[in-house]
Amino acid sequence: MRKAAKSEARAGRGRLALYHALLLAGVFVFWYLMTEPLLWSEEAARKTAFFFGRPLMVLQQIWEWFAGGKIYEHLLITLIETLLAFAIGTLCGLGVGLWLALSPLASALADPYIKASNAMPRVILAPIFAVWFGLGIVSKVALGFTLVFFIVFFNVYQGVKEVSPVVLNNARMLGANSRQLLRTVYLPSAMSWVFSSLHTSVGMAFVGAVVGEYLGSARGVGYLILQAEGAFDINTVFAGILVLTAFALALDTAVTVVENRLLVWRPAQGETEPL
Amino acid sequence: MSFPLSTAPALALNNITVTFVAHGGGSTYTAVRDTTLTVGEGEFVSVVGPTGCGKSTLLNIAAGLLESSAGSVRVQGEPLAGINRHAGYMFQSDALLPWLSALGNVELGLKYRGVEPGAAREQAMDWLARVGLSGHAGRYPHQLSGGMKKRVALAQMLILDPKILLMDEPFSALDIQTRQLMENELLELWSADRKSVVFITHDLEEAIALSDRVVVLSAGPAAHPMGDYVIDLPRPRDVAEVRLAPRFVELHTELWHTMKDEVLKGYAQSRQK
Repeated sequence: MRKAAKSEARAGRGRLALYHALLLAGVFVFWYLMTEPLLWSEEAARKTAFFFGRPLMVLQQIWEWFAGGKIYEHLLITLIETLLAFAIGTLCGLGVGLWLALSPLASALADPYIKASNAMPRVILAPIFAVWFGLGIVSKVALGFTLVFFIVFFNVYQGVKEVSPVVLNNARMLGANSRQLLRTVYLPSAMSWVFSSLHTSVGMAFVGAVVGEYLGSARGVGYLILQAEGAFDINTVFAGILVLTAFALALDTAVTVVENRLLVWRPAQGETEPL
Repeated sequence: MSFPLSTAPALALNNITVTFVAHGGGSTYTAVRDTTLTVGEGEFVSVVGPTGCGKSTLLNIAAGLLESSAGSVRVQGEPLAGINRHAGYMFQSDALLPWLSALGNVELGLKYRGVEPGAAREQAMDWLARVGLSGHAGRYPHQLSGGMKKRVALAQMLILDPKILLMDEPFSALDIQTRQLMENELLELWSADRKSVVFITHDLEEAIALSDRVVVLSAGPAAHPMGDYVIDLPRPRDVAEVRLAPRFVELHTELWHTMKDEVLKGYAQSRQK
């Protein structure tokens, strides 16, 4: 019975993957037909292609990037910026979140400023960071940091506030001092919230890196896109967008893998039946 | 206190009053009023009363998790300040740390005490075996059934060898069969080295079957003890069989008589709200 259900589920997943592929192929075919002079006049096709690019040219551009090796240097820079912003933002968010959640005075004092800085559209800081930190990777990391920090901070804060009072009392009755409470109760509870926010925050770190590059840099995928836009090379712009998307998906998958590894204790849906 | 240390009761609550102030001041609510409760060395005392009568409040006072508005708590003759280090607490709802395995939960108290990891692990495995969960050491709480979780909680508490056990309706969430099994297991573990127990329950039968003494609390607010009954049933007991003994039925009738009015009063109050 169970085996049958399992193989059925696998078949269902296989079919879904097929549909995903078909949908993607459909979009590409539609894009292709709309930008090639097969269905309508050459004039109209050229006009659409000016705005939307030609899928084959886009793919060819991607191929040239990877085959020619030109992209790696830029991808590496973007990756380093993303990972640095992500790591520093997450660590600081975790530290400050724990501190404020456990210290009512500090939290009351900082509350309006935290709210204000979170409400501020932080992308606007990018030019300021460029002035402060130059056009290298530091200004991009700083931008990504401001985006990541608040997501993680609010989740940690929430996570600590929502620790079950019964679990907390239990640990206290078992003799935990405040440092042990932090390590064995508050931190693990906050971590489960942090992980649910990591998908958002890794995306935000990426946004920070690319937007930073786009606004002023000498390297990075955002820089490639900016250059192509300056030359009205729409195919290269789309190629850059596709590469960035694939890249973001890969990062997101990596987060999922780490999450599943570290949060084994968390009940997954449908897996909670007692043994 | 004039008690010499050796004969001081394990736990003494003297004239405890607990008044809660509603958020933002204004109205106050007195959960427990002028309550005195003494638990002797090695004595198993149950506290019964209608729901919402402040039984858990009383237990939290004894544990040092809550401070009383008036009155004093003495543990083995010493006044209690802060968390009661001589007591183990078993909670009504799930209190296991969900991110630790059964083994991790059981050895937690030892780790807090700085016991060397190898020794802590060995003792924890020993306790898991005693509650019949050797094969489930690596499982997380969400992978265990209700009864298993209670066994882990029991081992988690007992591994620290507390002098006093505070139990807040620990088995109320279990089905009746599992519950009787757990009650028997508790009696067996308890009889091995008689600890002092305060057992909170709203189930009169459970209270009589387990205890040396049953204290009946009045309906809240301002709950206070209404009666104090010595349960003279012979030990060792089997909680399922002892219910059929004539003396059990007698005691049950007598206690129920005291409790009935209070239950009805509590019910009427909860309907008015």
